[in-house]
Amino acid sequence: MALATRTERSPSLIGFVWHSTVGKKAVMAVTGLVMLAYLVAHMLGNLKIFFGAGEFNAYAHWLRTLGGPVLHHEWFLWIVRAVLAASVVLHGVAAYQLSRRDLAARPARYERRRARTSYATRTMRWGGVVLGLFLVWHLLDLTTLTVNPNAQQGHPYENLVASFGRWYVNVVYIVAMLALGLHIRHGFWSAAQTLGANSPRRDRAFKATADGLAALLTLGFVAVPIGVMTGIVS
Amino acid sequence: MKLTLRIWRQRDADSAGAMTTYEVDGISEDMSFLEMLDHLNEELILAGDEPVAFDHDCREGICGACGMVINGQAHGPERTTTCQLHMRHFRDGDVIDVEPWRAAAFPVVKDLVVDRSAFDRIIGAGGYVSVPTGAAPEAHATPVPKEAADLAFEHAECIGCGACVAACPNGSAMLFTSAKVVHLNVLPQGAPERESRVLGMVSAMDEQGFGGCTNTGECAVACPKGIPLSAIGTMNREYLRASVKRR
Ligand code: HEM
Ligand code: FES
Repeated sequence: MALATRTERSPSLIGFVWHSTVGKKAVMAVTGLVMLAYLVAHMLGNLKIFFGAGEFNAYAHWLRTLGGPVLHHEWFLWIVRAVLAASVVLHGVAAYQLSRRDLAARPARYERRRARTSYATRTMRWGGVVLGLFLVWHLLDLTTLTVNPNAQQGHPYENLVASFGRWYVNVVYIVAMLALGLHIRHGFWSAAQTLGANSPRRDRAFKATADGLAALLTLGFVAVPIGVMTGIVS
Repeated sequence: MKLTLRIWRQRDADSAGAMTTYEVDGISEDMSFLEMLDHLNEELILAGDEPVAFDHDCREGICGACGMVINGQAHGPERTTTCQLHMRHFRDGDVIDVEPWRAAAFPVVKDLVVDRSAFDRIIGAGGYVSVPTGAAPEAHATPVPKEAADLAFEHAECIGCGACVAACPNGSAMLFTSAKVVHLNVLPQGAPERESRVLGMVSAMDEQGFGGCTNTGECAVACPKGIPLSAIGTMNREYLRASVKRR
């Protein structure tokens, strides 16, 4: 008897993995970690605001020349933007699809139910939506300058100070950064678990790193509007 | 002890159910929770009412049949099965809510009885090792390292009661499935099916309509056998490894 020959192509790794709950969650974890890595760099760059308009604007300009002369002006930036856009979309779509499934899998509630999980764990979904909405506004304010009161291309320092001159912008920003901290607090440890990097021996280290990253990012980002509000940055 | 019980009554899978209140008296604190329900059922039968249907078999904490949610907690306030939960953990005059496991993959059959056969289908997709038939092999033919034996045993304690699914806000079967995967994948006897087992069981789990894991940890808190949350992390690793090796 002749052996059956394999003619159909098996799906790619990503395609295969995307169709299971475990695999889709892994996509979420990887894209979450990509965004997280970017945010650490972004936060450190933001702190240059405390060294004056000259240094901050020069830094923003340098970002556009990064990768040269191999990469053309701004190409590096566009590559980063493409990777981030893909991550946000994949992360959001996976979160939406898995959440729909999770809610359908548990149709009835119990009469009495006390929450035994942490606040960060319980707010992953709504916190994620808050972060998504914040992201849209943030890009319109400081990247495209569509809703920025100063809106001068090439003058990020002045645009930023003008934006944070409004109290409600500071409130929105600070609330979003607290949401970010909570999301990272559960998300980083969760990603370690999802990707199978966690173990009983490493569990405490991952939890501590998650707490540390969450605190570092929230404090680092919030320092900027506070700097503007207190007049340290003007 | 005198207690007020609020119990989920549902005639059959297609009927709507409701919480129904019963008063019971003369409960000893040495009774198990199931004996307390037996006591209620005797009174219901004498009064000509339909007794409360609940699942049970061994009544010694090893078969996993007796699952029910007591005051919002799977198997009640102690880390044990409902049959091993004693009434001394309640107080005279308490109001106790008793509900079936709630999960789309575990439809209610009647009152507190749910259909857990979705677990059997997950097991059928890889929760076994293939061994040749014939005489039992020599015990030392396949050496098992001590750590592997301990790890396998810790995860083999799972009795498939479904408390993890009942406690999970997503109705996920990840703790159950991972307990089985870890138990067999760490042993040399499980090695030939290491990849097909995890891929098959995860895909069966998804097909049965269980939710995904959001790492809330509620399952491991509810587990009467103390299956650790790390089982899920290990299964995730096994799954990703097997996905890469798949062809
Ligand atoms: C902006 C930056 C963001 C970062 C750095 C980030 C990071 C992460 C990380 C690392 C995880 C862990 C993955 C895992 O559980 O294995 C995660 C999970 C999650 N994220 Fe995000 N995320 C971001 C934005 C969003 C947005 C915009 C949404 C919503 C649309 C969202 C919704 C979720 C949800 C629902 C989870 C699953 C939580 C769970 O299941 O425990 N995230 N995120
Ligand atoms: S009746 Fe067997 S475990 Fe409770």
